[in-house]
Amino acid sequence: MNQRCLSACHHCGLPAPANSPWRLAVDGVEQPMCCPGCLAVASSMAGLGLGGLYRQRTGQASAPSALPGPYAEQVALLSVEGVRCAACCWLIEHRLLAQQGVLEAELNPASAVLRLRWRGGAGRVDGFIASLAAIGYPACRFDASGHAARLERERRLLFKRLFVAGLAMMQVMMYVFPLYLASGGAAADMDGASRRLLQWAACMLTVPAVLYSAQPFWRGAWRGLRAGRPGMDLPVALGLAAGFGASVAALLRGQGETYFDAVSMFVFLLLASQYIELRARCAGAGLLRRLRQGQPPVAARLDDYPARRHATPVPAAALRVGDHVLVAPGEALAADGVIVDGATDLLLALLTGEPLPQPRAVGERAPGGAVNSGQPIVLRVTRVAAQSMLARLAGLVEGAGAAKPALALWADRVGAWFVLALLALAVLAFAAWYPASPARAWEVAVAVLVVSCPCALSLAAPAALAASTARLLHEGVLVVRPHVLETLARATHVVFDKTGTLTTGTPALARIDSMGPFDRAELLRIAAALEAGSRHPFALAIAAAAAAAAAAGAAAVASEAASEVQHHAGAGVSGCVAGRAWRLGSAPFTGQPAAQGAGSRVYLADGERLQAVFTFSDTVRPDAAATIDALRRQGCRVSILSGDGPAAVAAVAHRLGITDWRAAQLPQQKLAVVQALQARGAIVAMVGDGVNDAAVLRAADVSFAMGAGSDLACLQADCVLLRDRLGSLATGARAARACMVVLRQNLAWALAYNACAIPAAAVGLLQPWMAAAGMSASSALVLLNALRLRRAPRQERA
Amino acid sequence: MEALFLLVPLSVLLVGVAVWVFLGAADGGQFDDLEGPGWRVLQDDDRGSEAPPGAPGRF
Repeated sequence: MNQRCLSACHHCGLPAPANSPWRLAVDGVEQPMCCPGCLAVASSMAGLGLGGLYRQRTGQASAPSALPGPYAEQVALLSVEGVRCAACCWLIEHRLLAQQGVLEAELNPASAVLRLRWRGGAGRVDGFIASLAAIGYPACRFDASGHAARLERERRLLFKRLFVAGLAMMQVMMYVFPLYLASGGAAADMDGASRRLLQWAACMLTVPAVLYSAQPFWRGAWRGLRAGRPGMDLPVALGLAAGFGASVAALLRGQGETYFDAVSMFVFLLLASQYIELRARCAGAGLLRRLRQGQPPVAARLDDYPARRHATPVPAAALRVGDHVLVAPGEALAADGVIVDGATDLLLALLTGEPLPQPRAVGERAPGGAVNSGQPIVLRVTRVAAQSMLARLAGLVEGAGAAKPALALWADRVGAWFVLALLALAVLAFAAWYPASPARAWEVAVAVLVVSCPCALSLAAPAALAASTARLLHEGVLVVRPHVLETLARATHVVFDKTGTLTTGTPALARIDSMGPFDRAELLRIAAALEAGSRHPFALAIAAAAAAAAAAGAAAVASEAASEVQHHAGAGVSGCVAGRAWRLGSAPFTGQPAAQGAGSRVYLADGERLQAVFTFSDTVRPDAAATIDALRRQGCRVSILSGDGPAAVAAVAHRLGITDWRAAQLPQQKLAVVQALQARGAIVAMVGDGVNDAAVLRAADVSFAMGAGSDLACLQADCVLLRDRLGSLATGARAARACMVVLRQNLAWALAYNACAIPAAAVGLLQPWMAAAGMSASSALVLLNALRLRRAPRQERA
Repeated sequence: MEALFLLVPLSVLLVGVAVWVFLGAADGGQFDDLEGPGWRVLQDDDRGSEAPPGAPGRF
């Protein structure tokens, strides 16, 4: 590999300038790169210890992006270690935004993924990573499995810290209990030696809790101090230091109160709430990793299909558009494609959250990452692995939730000021109490530092948002832009941009016109017999209609069976039913002149003449009526703005009871209507197919796209309905309202708690241990309240 | 009561031993998956040994 000609980029294999300025030593040999992008990727891989890739790979990597110009906008995802609350986010974002050329820095506290957008060369990433390291947050380029592994490592470390703190806390309680009894003025007063023995023992066990378990707080506080932006950790660390220091001083002096029990319990409770939070984060990272790993690394390529069916295993990345791939049952599809042979059921759970396998037949599209749960199929690749639906979905999920809505930003800002105010208050309280009783002054100052719950304040918003986003994703609603939850909760109008969003796009039998002696039931039976076993959309519609007719008792006669059935691709089907030869299919296939007119038609002819015409029309989605109902109940007005003809729109609107509809709208007219609504103060949610009419979707306050089957890369919407179900819309609206309710509850609780607890601590009503318990309980309450959002609301399950 | 002067330091030592044992177990991955092994007991083994990747070998 090292002897390759010097003019090929070592990373991607594209030609590199002979005197390329971008060079990197790989395995001790200087290698040329074609662009700064490749250089950054290669150097970060070397930094991660992944340089072995170049020895083991069998193909070239793809170039990271088109040659980036010096002023092109760059986007990168970094995963950051050590993020524990919103103050960390605030610190990191401000640190990066202060650098020249950085346009956007958004850190998702729930997943610890930082999204950076900047101008200037791609090589600046290393600079950003260095500046993050300088303020104490190790970071590296995001890669999903590495990210999950890092989170897992963090989780294990925190678990150890939690365990040590728990053990220390329990044992310290045991030692301190006799001291409390004795100091309670009970009969058996303790002699000085025993007292000191127990105090020393308690001290010995508090040391590991303070020095080992509480390390995250020391580090966090130091980080905040060094960066000049005190975070939540500072009051915690000060409280710990004050409590532990005062206790040790009292122990050495041989007189005064010790608070070892309070200190160790404080550490334990704080770590416990952090552990819960980290577990939630691990779950989020797990989803990403599943998405990333959903596509199998190898595929069975059929090289001479259809001449020979000999499969060669090749890396999935080496598949090209037009290749044929054999997918055995139980395997995942390596790339997006079209089924060319075999009918099967596909499990799309990873892509859409739909738990049931979906039937797919020849000619239908199958997304990469879906699992084949039926028969072996042959797939023609239509999009390579790197651009597959799954890869794009993973990209969207990474970006989603990275930014915060306005309310969360407000909480961040308040949280930062809050810490400063708190420190001032603690000093004041100490000064006020000191003349009266120096011992009491310590206690009060510690209690003030500890009782305040800036954590609850800063956890309130991100926890609720993360829980809602996770739940929506579970329901098949992917939130792409951060404001969705906030805006959707306030939406007053829901406008359907296309008739197609309300209909399934699959035809249903609308009418049978008999041209001969047969009545409709008979014609339907004949057609159903001919089409039995076919999975063509029209065949399915005929089968559905026949089954409905049979169920209604219209066809009491036993259904017929067809013989000599022959399928003619793209034309129709021929066969014998009840001794007569039939042809069912397109007009030319049945010997008719090609007719025009609305709707799609299928002709049925026997050997001599045309017997019937079947007319199909689009069906309204089964859940459309229920969705519109649900939206109305939530106080939204529903309307249709369609580019289709008035007849089609009127039919759909009539069936769904929508009175406010406009047909034959041009994009500009749609835009004008939406803007007129907004001018009247309406908050407009727009539902479209996400590909066309980008302007209207962007003009709407919040926009939805039906994601199933469409090209995710072209989507312009704020939110994607991944399942092909309209019901997700109502669920999404409900979840958004629930999220905002919980968010407000959380913020209100955090504010109310602090407003009560801090004055109480300042006037000396609270012992330090009560303060620690109250603070932890408050954090836990906020988290648990947010976790409620992950559950499905009750009325949905009924 | 003099026994306390032996027993209390001993209990401190004992906690130290417990912490040491726990840290060893945590580093060995014993606490990484608290649900999987419980489910694995319930799974049938007669469909071949398809241990999920990453499952600790000692279970």
